[in-house]
Amino acid sequence: MNFKRKLLSAALLALTAGAANAQISGNVVKIGVLNDQSGTYADLAGPGSTLAAKMAVEDFKAQNKGFTTPIEVIAADHQNKPDVGSQIARKWFDSDGVDVIVDLPTSSVALAVNQIAKEKGKAAIISTGASSDLTGKACTPNTVHWTYDTWQLANGTGSAIVKTGGDSWFFLTADYAFGHALERDTEAVVLKSGGKVLGKVRHPFPSADFSSFLLQAQASKAKIIGLANAGADTTNAIKQAAEFGIVKGGQNLAGLLVFLTDVHALGLEKAQGLIFTESFYWDLNDQTRAWSKRYGAQHGGKMPSMGQAGVYAGVLHYLKAVAAAKTDDGTKVVAKMKELPTDDPLFGKGSIRADGRKIHNSYLFEVKKPSESKGPWDYYKLRATVPADQAFRPMAEGGCPLVAAK
Amino acid sequence: MAEDQYKPHPSRDDAAEFRYHRRAFLVMMALFLVAPMVVYPVFVMKALCFALFACAFNLLLGFGGLLSFGHAMFLGMAGYVSAHAAKVWGFPPEFAILAGTAAATVLGVFAGLLAIRRQGIYFAMITLALAQMVFFFSLQAPFTGGEDGIQAVPRGTFLGFLDLTNTYVLYYVVLAIFTAGFLLIYRIIHSPFGQVLKAIRENEPRATSLGYRTDHYKLAAFVLSAGLAGLAGATKAIVFQLASLTDVHWSMSGEVVLMTLLGGMGTIFGPVVGAFAIIAMENYLAELGSWFTITQGAIFVVCVLAFRRGILGELEAWLRRRRAG
Repeated sequence: MNFKRKLLSAALLALTAGAANAQISGNVVKIGVLNDQSGTYADLAGPGSTLAAKMAVEDFKAQNKGFTTPIEVIAADHQNKPDVGSQIARKWFDSDGVDVIVDLPTSSVALAVNQIAKEKGKAAIISTGASSDLTGKACTPNTVHWTYDTWQLANGTGSAIVKTGGDSWFFLTADYAFGHALERDTEAVVLKSGGKVLGKVRHPFPSADFSSFLLQAQASKAKIIGLANAGADTTNAIKQAAEFGIVKGGQNLAGLLVFLTDVHALGLEKAQGLIFTESFYWDLNDQTRAWSKRYGAQHGGKMPSMGQAGVYAGVLHYLKAVAAAKTDDGTKVVAKMKELPTDDPLFGKGSIRADGRKIHNSYLFEVKKPSESKGPWDYYKLRATVPADQAFRPMAEGGCPLVAAK
Repeated sequence: MAEDQYKPHPSRDDAAEFRYHRRAFLVMMALFLVAPMVVYPVFVMKALCFALFACAFNLLLGFGGLLSFGHAMFLGMAGYVSAHAAKVWGFPPEFAILAGTAAATVLGVFAGLLAIRRQGIYFAMITLALAQMVFFFSLQAPFTGGEDGIQAVPRGTFLGFLDLTNTYVLYYVVLAIFTAGFLLIYRIIHSPFGQVLKAIRENEPRATSLGYRTDHYKLAAFVLSAGLAGLAGATKAIVFQLASLTDVHWSMSGEVVLMTLLGGMGTIFGPVVGAFAIIAMENYLAELGSWFTITQGAIFVVCVLAFRRGILGELEAWLRRRRAG
């Protein structure tokens, strides 16, 4: 008798709970952080991104006490291999009940997961992945590209540097498609802004010895040496440029893909005078400082890279959209994300365009001299701000089929 | 001795070995048939592609005694050609896979002609150098998409009626391709050709003195191995719907050496076991994050120190000891 009543009430409870969360698959919102946890990009994404996603969940729960569905964060290492990444993504979507995959450094992996999310009707929020194709010809209704892209970096760095006086350029370009694209985009902006390009040299990818290329760059007398490469190539070039005294000789290096963690690894002595574009810096305002301090306290004192900040903001906005749409269906939530204005402590107020591009300010930074730095992680000074409406590629130029269809 | 090769009269040992192989093969096939019900099918498909790749490599290393350090070029190039054929030229998957295999075979002829002129470390270095050239080509050529690779390759319908977008249909097609490749390798190893190959591995001057043109045999083995590695790569491109630089990178050439050594070089089933072990590690240790590489390294050290014949090599040796004792 007693047992029966218990059973009945349990069944009733289950029924009502089921009704309340009818649209949430598996009764849990599951967020998968898929990135490089051990290799080249482990510092700028890696475990830090997982922490950022967890912080977003905490903050969301604190602000939305009414949202009772459990939220789970899991993480995996795609080892920068597209087949590993795509296999994990498929498994997560098919059998582990993951609703959204975030972060995704390495363009080849990001592009692969972008396709899988569309095929399975799930969501992808790309933060550390760079390719501007994600909101161009490869755009899907299931992907939001949050933090930055190659077009933004090339454009921001190119135009803002010319405007602040760096009007003659020399390019040091990694000799493969990615480097060529960066060089082409940046060169176009430099010329359009009234600067001139004195020369360029292509180095093999990957490369450990930049001495002959740097000497050519030095001899060109260009004010700005543009580094159209990424990762270890960029840091190697910066280190060797410091040995040649290029920056002390009055020329500036412009990095087209540089993260805070790269500057930290190089140290101010080597990196000083380097100019580049980012979407986020921990020391921008009170809100970013407060958040970064919380983050640092849980991450061995390290400050967040823009990719990690983007994971936090992206997950937070995703959860808001889930709550507003009352579902975790990928396509519907991404549509809701585009509909709702974004507002978070790190990127401020912004919006997401129809092609999936998140719109916010972008900043041109210069690395401080060791004498200017007041403490650990005090690395950047702000040289220029590119307002949100000019920071990203105009939607019509991207060739995104979603936009063309309208 | 030489007569044996033309008139094989199976001794008791051969018969026992054949029975063992048949039993092991049946067990393996039974496992593979039910595997997708238990394990995530895409994972098993990936492991099957690498198992075929490792078996092809083993044909060259385990039976021909030639250590190639550039086998990724066949895997990767076949993947690119198959992905490009399916995506841009609109080939149905069976022809895309054949095109990839053919490309790897042709590449194998040219690489083989150069490489088999030398032995040992020089052979390994030549294959590595050629593979690096192929890597550079893949990075630069316009059709490979550079760093992004070829993405969103359609799976299509196999032979016009098997819809590969269904994961289970795809699984059994991949299993059929793997089985065909595996049986072909088994047949090659146990043919007179395979016997000569083993003779060359054991003592090349002696094989020459018996009248065999060892270069022809080595080249044939190299091309067969390249073609089968290509079959694995072309299939993999259809499974994952992408072809990328990972598969032409030199570390992939290293990985297949490890798979073969871990499973048991020169055994029939060893490379399959090795490939599954490595892919499982890559898959299930991915969630360990930065501990992944360390764990993988530790497992290798233990393998090399404790069981040098590989997992299956040790198992077979133990079974043989038991039978004898």
